[in-house]
Amino acid sequence: MAIYTIWLREMLHFIRDKSRIIGSMGMPLFFLLFIGTGLNSAFSVPGGVGYMEFMAPGIVGMILLFGSIFSGLNVVADKQFGFMKEMLVAPVPRSSLVLGKTLGGASTALLQALLLLSLVFLLGAVKFSLIALLLVIPIMFFISASFVNIGIIFATRISDPHGFQVIMNFFIMPLFFLSGALFPVDNLPGWLKILVLANPLTYGIDGLRGILIGHPTFPLWIDFTILVVFSAITVLIGAYAFEKMQ
Amino acid sequence: MIDTKELTKRFGELTAVKSIELHIQEGEIFGLLGPNGAGKTTTISMLSTILTPTSGTAIVAGHNVATEREDVRKDIGVVFQDPSLDDELTGYENLEFHGRLYGMSKDERKERIVELLELVELIDKKDIPVKNYSGGMKRRLEIARGLMHKPRVLFLDEPTIGLDPQTRRYIWKYIKEMNAQERVTVLVTTHYMEEADYLCDKVAIIDHGEIIALDKPSRLKSKMGKSVISMDVSKPDKFCELVRKSKWVIKSKCVGDKVHLTVKDGEKLIPKLVILAEKNGLNVNSITMHSPTLEDVFIQLTGRHLREEQASSTDALRKRFMARRGH
Repeated sequence: MAIYTIWLREMLHFIRDKSRIIGSMGMPLFFLLFIGTGLNSAFSVPGGVGYMEFMAPGIVGMILLFGSIFSGLNVVADKQFGFMKEMLVAPVPRSSLVLGKTLGGASTALLQALLLLSLVFLLGAVKFSLIALLLVIPIMFFISASFVNIGIIFATRISDPHGFQVIMNFFIMPLFFLSGALFPVDNLPGWLKILVLANPLTYGIDGLRGILIGHPTFPLWIDFTILVVFSAITVLIGAYAFEKMQ
Repeated sequence: MIDTKELTKRFGELTAVKSIELHIQEGEIFGLLGPNGAGKTTTISMLSTILTPTSGTAIVAGHNVATEREDVRKDIGVVFQDPSLDDELTGYENLEFHGRLYGMSKDERKERIVELLELVELIDKKDIPVKNYSGGMKRRLEIARGLMHKPRVLFLDEPTIGLDPQTRRYIWKYIKEMNAQERVTVLVTTHYMEEADYLCDKVAIIDHGEIIALDKPSRLKSKMGKSVISMDVSKPDKFCELVRKSKWVIKSKCVGDKVHLTVKDGEKLIPKLVILAEKNGLNVNSITMHSPTLEDVFIQLTGRHLREEQASSTDALRKRFMARRGH
């Protein structure tokens, strides 16, 4: 009940903030349209797909990453505007609060990603079946759940929204660029390959790509296992950070 | 309903609350009156399970605040000193969220929300986002929210801070009404003596983390005699000494450049005091006389005004901390 309550509040906030929904579409679409179109002619990627089609799952990963991590901003705002106290003094274990926040943040990121996917589909950048769409939902969910909790972990330590944004930008860009969203992972030089393979988002995007357009780098079950394990770890650390807050 | 024994909270070297003993009866409105930084919020935070006491025990609604937190939380409502509403949600939704969080059923919530919004006269505004509410409306909504899950104890931390006098009177009215209607025990902290006086059945005056007086407001005041004379004289310390020798007054205290005298028969005493000052070569600039207030009680006990320090409570705490380190 408490988990559902927290989730419901996150959804209400999301639905009321139309500008956030529209704004979140901007950056991924610009990436796809400008960089994707630009490099489409210069690049060939394995599997005989066009660069734009190759990149499409990458920008879905992007919106999931951005949307999830910045839902930690809600936690910072709750602290700043005092609403956190209302939740902390309720007869509810803090782990329920974290789970509610995780599900809320993951759902909103997921909705943004689905909206983006439909836009990408309508623009003709990539074609996929309804079954593929249903199959990517669990992958997208675990990507979001992980990064929502990374956002929460930082949010419990930071009380200033601007500070939170600055620190998160510092993390988000490397996570995105080192995820195989923009280029294939196979033929990278050694040092870069290590960084990319150490990035959990790599497996998320590989999973999305495997289902949506085929030609994954890793078997699907490896992608999925790594995502599930990684989100379990981040949820546990998130719950711990919440417990220790204040 | 609330019983504490040697309740103490230390932050490092600073003792914010020092061995406080409180015994609050069911249905009572009990006030903690003291200046900023006296330890009022720390006390309320311990009683509402937000802070863990350093030592001592506190039993709220039959449960220990340190070891039975969740049981305590079910039975208490808290209105924090700083705003804690969700501005994006409407008034109705804020209460709805609270009711869900406290495990109330749908019908229960619906009925209770209407009942409370009528009590605090916000029923017309229930579907407006809270960000469009005035300060007084937000406060009323917070009080309604604190009562939403039918707590046995309601904590109000500085409920009227920053509100204009008219709104303040309204809030008092609501607190009295809900105390009567709901039979809920109320613990209110304040640094407004009018508030403690008007609202509370019993008041504990708290300063530097300790209770320095505890009684009914009327009794606290009657101990002060019939009236209080404040005089602005040229050499207050010297005048205080003279007055003490005269044995006309019950108590005397110098605060700044004023002398505060607690007396039995003020009207007859004023001419005598003026003559006494003139005889000793002191200038009397002004004299005022009033019935004793809780402020006078505080002045006589501490030699300071309640609202002397305009600084925030954290500043006041810091000052105390620095002062302790000094010696």
